[in-house]
Amino acid sequence: MNYDCIVIGAGMSGLAAGIRLAMFDKKVVILEKHSIPGGLNSYYQRKNLDVGGVRHFDVGLHALTNFMKKGEKGKPFSKLLKQLRLSYDDFRLHPQTYSKIQFPDVSLKFSNDFALLESEVNSHFPKEMDNFLRLVETVRDFNELDLTLGYRSSRETLKQIIRDDLLTEMILCPLLIYGSAWEDDMDFAQFVIMFKSLYFEGFGRPEGGVRTIISLLMKKFEEAGGSIRFRTAVSEIKTNAKGEAIGVVASGEDLMAPIILSSIGYPETVKLTQKFPSQKVPRTGAMTFLESIFVYDQKIPLAVNDSTIVFYNNSRHYSYRPAANFFDSASAVICFPDNYETQKRIGEGTVRVTYMANYEQWKNLSRQDYELKKEVVGDSAFELVKKLAPDFQGKLVFKDIFSPLTIEKYTWHMNGTVYGSVDKTRDGTTPVPNLFIIGTDQGFLGIVGSILSGISMANLHGLMTGSEA
Amino acid sequence: MTASEVRQVVIDIIADIAPDEDVTVIEDSKSLREQLDLDSMDFLDIVMELRKRHKVEVPQEDYPKLATLESCVSYLSPKMA
Ligand SMILES: Cc1cc2nc3c(=O)[nH]c(=O)nc-3n(C[C@H](O)[C@H](O)[C@H](O)COP(=O)(O)OP(=O)(O)OC[C@H]3O[C@@H](n4cnc5c(N)ncnc54)[C@H](O)[C@@H]3O)c2cc1C
Repeated sequence: MNYDCIVIGAGMSGLAAGIRLAMFDKKVVILEKHSIPGGLNSYYQRKNLDVGGVRHFDVGLHALTNFMKKGEKGKPFSKLLKQLRLSYDDFRLHPQTYSKIQFPDVSLKFSNDFALLESEVNSHFPKEMDNFLRLVETVRDFNELDLTLGYRSSRETLKQIIRDDLLTEMILCPLLIYGSAWEDDMDFAQFVIMFKSLYFEGFGRPEGGVRTIISLLMKKFEEAGGSIRFRTAVSEIKTNAKGEAIGVVASGEDLMAPIILSSIGYPETVKLTQKFPSQKVPRTGAMTFLESIFVYDQKIPLAVNDSTIVFYNNSRHYSYRPAANFFDSASAVICFPDNYETQKRIGEGTVRVTYMANYEQWKNLSRQDYELKKEVVGDSAFELVKKLAPDFQGKLVFKDIFSPLTIEKYTWHMNGTVYGSVDKTRDGTTPVPNLFIIGTDQGFLGIVGSILSGISMANLHGLMTGSEA
Repeated sequence: MTASEVRQVVIDIIADIAPDEDVTVIEDSKSLREQLDLDSMDFLDIVMELRKRHKVEVPQEDYPKLATLESCVSYLSPKMA
């Protein structure tokens, strides 16, 4: 079969790229190894043994970043809506109440109104307020979308602006764990993207969770005339004598196209490309996580806990690196998805806890030890929830814990990495002509980031190339 | 197409790609970017829609010629004659 364009992977970036190409009459196919779309932010279900039926879970979704109110302009989310011709109301977004960065002696709250974080910094770090405002200016003036930027350490940059190390740690904590492929640091352009999407803009949650987003994207793609194949693994990216990508082998079949957009990760893409110049092989990132999901027979009353997401850390230094011992209970992200405003407060309650993990150690466990270790993680996370919601009387009715191995098993990201390689390709190009990287390893991640990556890479490499439709 | 038909073609496209904009108040001689929330991605969409709906090709070096409604009409009219 011949196509104008092949997209590998039906995650957020692949679906978005597919929509843009199909919208302008490109003959496009999305090839997905899994049986359903969504990738790192997909969904699954588990039997509800008490009442029959099933409970639905999202793999990832804590928060949709880049929150905006209806009608706001010039924002990442408004760009996404316009480019995919989706309407704001389709997302049925509920804003967060507020979130907080909780360290031993001090907590900083932030919400979808940046003034809250400013006033929190002002009251807890009055001596740093001017420096914080300087940082805000620097972030505001920075062009993070410049595709020619190289790596620049955020820690080094922050050191020149903020003097109190504790404030630096607290600012970095949510930004690192929500989007850094690098250990203990992140590229400054990525810092700026994350600062804007978390602190300037904030969090929302679509009613119905990630399914709402995925079904909007799927519907758009199909309406635009694109085709999609599930349970179809790409096993090889084919090149010609000149070293240009010309097609793929998918489930044993040859599919040809002059443009190939891959969302499966940069190192993962290289592995499938026979003639990849070996000196340029990107490194696999080490950051991977464990997620514990608890379902209670009731929602946690707002009087007990009304925050949406807590970025918890038990010391003054925030360590962001693979856990020394299977998982790191020194820090965690605790998400209370019931605490988005204007959501119904009846029915079961859910809490999600994310810990940093260590892929190698999990990989080497026996089946039995693996299950036991997961129990240890679950117990630790359960205690942490109790600590944050001490007077909650609800009964635990279900729990599920997934590990780096689960992530690897269902998304085929090497080492269960969530934020991809530490070697990004910001303009999407690879040493192989006609083969482009989209999504996480183009340097834009999270749901909104990877969708925007799919859009902009499809525009740049699929639509603006001047080739005829 | 007459000049006013070409003008309408452009307005229809803008209305579709930026549904939240009021296209009835656009001033012909003023920059579209300044009046509306349009960025370079949106200009790409105008170009792509011109190709899709009217088979008109606008090479990348000519994008600046789409800056105002007036310039759109004078640039596109010969192509859509
Ligand atoms: C636990 C967890 C929590 C998260 N929480 C949030 C959150 O709250 N908010 C947020 O914005 N983001 C969150 N994220 C991050 C977000 O999910 C990702 O950044 C985003 O989904 C990445 O999308 P992508 O398109 O780049 O890649 P992917 O989603 O990885 O898409 C790649 C696709 O390619 C497929 N594939 C792989 N190999 C092949 C092959 N050989 N052939 C064909 N197909 C293949 C995969 O199955 C996958 O569907 C979370 C992620 C995780 C894991």
